[in-house]
Amino acid sequence: MNLYEFCNIIIVWLVDLVNNLWYWLGDFLPWVFGDFFTGVGDLAASDGHIAVMTILLEVLVVLIVAIVNVLNFIWIDRKLSGRIFDFYGPYYVGYRIGGWLQNIADGMKLFVKEIITPRDADRLGFVLAPVIFVSSSFLILATIPLSPNFGIATNSAGAFVPAGALFAFAAFAIAPFSILLAGWSSNNKYTLIGGMRSAAQMMSYEIPLLLAVASVFLLAGDFGFVGIVEAQANIWFAIPLFIGFIVFLVSMAAEVEVTPFDLPEAEAELVEGWTTEYCGMRFGFFMMTSYLRGYAGGALATALFLGGWNGPAIIPDEIWFLIKAYIVFVVIEWMRWSLPRVRVDQILNLGWKRLLPLAMVNLLIAAGLKTMGWF
Amino acid sequence: MWINMGPQHPMTHGLWNLRVKVDGETIVDAEPEVGYLHRGIEKICENRTYPQVIPITDRLCYGSSMSWSHLYCRTIEDLMGLEVPERAQYIRVVVLEMQRLASHLMWLAAYAVDLGMMAGFIYSMRDREVFVDLLQNLSGSRLTYNYPRIGGVAHDIPPGWDKEALRACDYTEQRLREYEDLYEGSKIFMMRNEGVGILRRDDAMNLGVTGPPMRASGAKYDLRKDRPYEAYADMDFEVCSRTEGDCFARYRVRMDEMWESCRIIRQAIQNMPKGKWRVVAPRNAPEGTGMARVEDPRGEGMMYAVGDGSDRPYRLKIRSPIFVTVSAAPKFLVGYKIADVVAIMGGLDMCIGENDR
Repeated sequence: MNLYEFCNIIIVWLVDLVNNLWYWLGDFLPWVFGDFFTGVGDLAASDGHIAVMTILLEVLVVLIVAIVNVLNFIWIDRKLSGRIFDFYGPYYVGYRIGGWLQNIADGMKLFVKEIITPRDADRLGFVLAPVIFVSSSFLILATIPLSPNFGIATNSAGAFVPAGALFAFAAFAIAPFSILLAGWSSNNKYTLIGGMRSAAQMMSYEIPLLLAVASVFLLAGDFGFVGIVEAQANIWFAIPLFIGFIVFLVSMAAEVEVTPFDLPEAEAELVEGWTTEYCGMRFGFFMMTSYLRGYAGGALATALFLGGWNGPAIIPDEIWFLIKAYIVFVVIEWMRWSLPRVRVDQILNLGWKRLLPLAMVNLLIAAGLKTMGWF
Repeated sequence: MWINMGPQHPMTHGLWNLRVKVDGETIVDAEPEVGYLHRGIEKICENRTYPQVIPITDRLCYGSSMSWSHLYCRTIEDLMGLEVPERAQYIRVVVLEMQRLASHLMWLAAYAVDLGMMAGFIYSMRDREVFVDLLQNLSGSRLTYNYPRIGGVAHDIPPGWDKEALRACDYTEQRLREYEDLYEGSKIFMMRNEGVGILRRDDAMNLGVTGPPMRASGAKYDLRKDRPYEAYADMDFEVCSRTEGDCFARYRVRMDEMWESCRIIRQAIQNMPKGKWRVVAPRNAPEGTGMARVEDPRGEGMMYAVGDGSDRPYRLKIRSPIFVTVSAAPKFLVGYKIADVVAIMGGLDMCIGENDR
């Protein structure tokens, strides 16, 4: 049973439950109203309505899974950084579950804070930027299935859309626009420089990232996540495409702006970078979304290089996928807490002079492997 | 475009403002503005009796308060013509080198976080605790010690303290090895430091830059060696210097100084003579002037006192090394990137308390 069928059963059951009321009203009320209520019941039971409601329920389920994962990620990040830094990390808020509730407490604190729009800011852009950033980041997760049975980018028969991976990267690339918008509309020199840096950095790291992904598409012969993961049933693509995997990880770290590459929000020189003027829950959304993008990065690396949900069947597919995504995230966080930050010219040099040729070599290897017919 | 880095900015360790003019990301002009933390310490000192000034000079630098109150005591001893007992001189050497280690470790912590490396910050601050605890056992406070006195030190070292100090040196040398791996093993750290903020030897000497930035640019000049004060003449240590003059050289000079400080502490504790640790100072100073220069962790500190026969100084002038160094900053900021500002200014070990006085 896949997610669509599961949601379908729930929605059909709910519609039946509610339709009892409509049909009961239709039976007992005078004839004009009775027809109306019976019509409503028929409409609710129609295939189209049930399909739409099913998809909305799927979206809700995937959203909740994503948010719970993000809370886990923030907790893991805090605990891990605490261990790296020789202290305990969050402890008191919910100490029976290892301080997990600290994130909720911080979220509540951000909720009750005042949201200030600077007087000289461009209001529309300032308000719109977090919306675009958050929604485009959630859009990435819409296409990533945790297993063949758990995903929302399906048609009504349960088959996944054929170009899910392409869609995920397209959604990934919307963020620089919103960051530039946030930096520009805040009308502040720090945010402006941060936004410009972010745009330059993300544009120069999109290319090696997508070239590394192109080699995966080449080997798998498919643009969809299910096809890519099924092509890795025997061997993970991280092994033949090791260079590509490294290029992908580095580029992904640059795309989600963790510390060696967090120039756009370099707190030592640009106060808080492009988020300087944001406060309250808007800042909270930026913060949460950066972890969400970390989760998306880990999930993409898992699906494209680490064999996705393939693994011994002792534990469910979805858990396999999440374990691998968490491990990728932990590696990225480990890097984040133990390395200094690079400079803006160095990061561009690294992107154009090192990663791009490496990605090309990787593409060549993939083409060679494909031509020899080994994949 | 002019950017204000300060007065409230993570780059400024303290309260000052660095205005940089940028063309894209490149700096074309820089202009430090100081004075936000001016407390009129020199004027306050004129209204206090000589012993009452010691806690005020403690407040000159929050990173190395011991070396400033020691400098004041030396100045007044010069004014009064006092001879400090030999044991007090050795104790002073020990606490000064501990203060230097604590100050350099705090610099290392701040420098790491300037470069975006949180781990270095936490580790250095953790290991600074060792020396802060030792000085607390000795003097009773953790930040402003009020330990040196005119004519000696406040009291003798407690029993067992010297053993703990030796253990602390062993621990710190072990940790320093770890730091060298952590920093110099990191390619990114080297990329951020090598060839950045080059200060040539001639510029350093003409602009009056002293201390580790000067030694990093090739001038082998250390007051502990060249004009020995206290018991430094009896100690065997090297003057650490490099010739490159960039941020990495400044980092390396400070790391080497920490090694040397551990050596000096060991020697001073092992050779410490018995005897008195304080002579009684007169209440009034004679008419005349007194002057002392010491090697502060940040450079050459100097104080000049004028006595008028009463029990208060007529005038006390403080020469801060950081004030000179920050004035020289535009010389080696221009031409680098915005991100280099934090590396360069962080590498100078700013301390605004002594700068603004």
